[in-house]
Amino acid sequence: MTDEDSTFDMLAVLGDPVRRRLYRYVAASPGEVGRDAVAEAAGISRSLAAFHLDKLVEAGLLTVSFRRLSGRTGPGAGRPAKLYRRAEGEHAVSLPPRSYEAVGRLLAEVLENAGLDRELQAAARATGAAHPDACTDDMEAVLRARGYEPYREGETLRLRNCPFHALATEFPALICGMNLALIEGLAPEEWSPAMDPCSGGCCVMLSKKKSH
Amino acid sequence: MTDSHLAQVNIGRIIAPLDSPELADFVALQPEINALADRSPGFVWRMVDDDGMDATGVRPDGNDALLLFNCSVWESVEALRNFTYNGDHLRALSRRREWFRRMTEAHQAMWWIPAGHRPSVAEAMERVAMLRENGPGPEAFTFRDPYPAPSGMARL
Repeated sequence: MTDEDSTFDMLAVLGDPVRRRLYRYVAASPGEVGRDAVAEAAGISRSLAAFHLDKLVEAGLLTVSFRRLSGRTGPGAGRPAKLYRRAEGEHAVSLPPRSYEAVGRLLAEVLENAGLDRELQAAARATGAAHPDACTDDMEAVLRARGYEPYREGETLRLRNCPFHALATEFPALICGMNLALIEGLAPEEWSPAMDPCSGGCCVMLSKKKSH
Repeated sequence: MTDSHLAQVNIGRIIAPLDSPELADFVALQPEINALADRSPGFVWRMVDDDGMDATGVRPDGNDALLLFNCSVWESVEALRNFTYNGDHLRALSRRREWFRRMTEAHQAMWWIPAGHRPSVAEAMERVAMLRENGPGPEAFTFRDPYPAPSGMARL
């Protein structure tokens, strides 16, 4: 079986709409989630949720850990809960085959070596500002549509996913600077984006400006 | 047990003198960034100039007034990485081209030292030269090609 075949097999597991909903819920959760929470969010029974979650684990899309949610230990503490989170690793298929990632890496390397950080940031800011979604009221929806997986933390918006993860790991100053500029371009007046990376997520967080 | 610490040196050529308007933001950020380093987990030591606040007064090359230098010591590569890519420092890094010229040669290096050792400017510059001449190796490396601490000592 080729790599492409195994990716198709894995993604086929997401063909079921219920399963896809569960996957999205777990993937977008800031921490690990238990089966009860997943079942409740999806409006299905615990046993059905458990069945689909285990299929997603089998396919390698989710991983499992066991932890006592109550914090108690010893006899009487109950069984540890099974908790789910998105598995590491990226999966992409392109039909016909395309290699934009390889081009992205090559371009990033050239920009890095040429010291073109500011040119990249200016282009990113302009691209963000020119986007039809720029400066719309629902910043959370805009960021969600772009794959950032936003979630609220008090008055701030945190971004659980970095859409540029592989390149940001390799060229942090260049790519995170580009990303901040892009979000600055997209963000309406009342949000101020700043760099404050969350573990495994995006380097940017947004806070609401105080209205005067 | 950690018998080895990680030393790191950075050099960079600023686009204008430190007291020029171009460098004003960079200079203003120093206290904040240094305070962040000082309270970062795994921070051990950083070199300071005669003023004792930061290393902006250090010139590794007496003939080059625009070549800045900084050197610090950490418990591990991971500790240094966590500081380097922390929000406030990452923000400063993303502005590097507003203040520093692009260098075609290696402008930083890491190497392992016995815990307690404090690297000198000459020693640090020698590591940069090693990286330039030989590429990454156990004697001088970068985040991209980290080398483990000498055997039986620290972790990466």
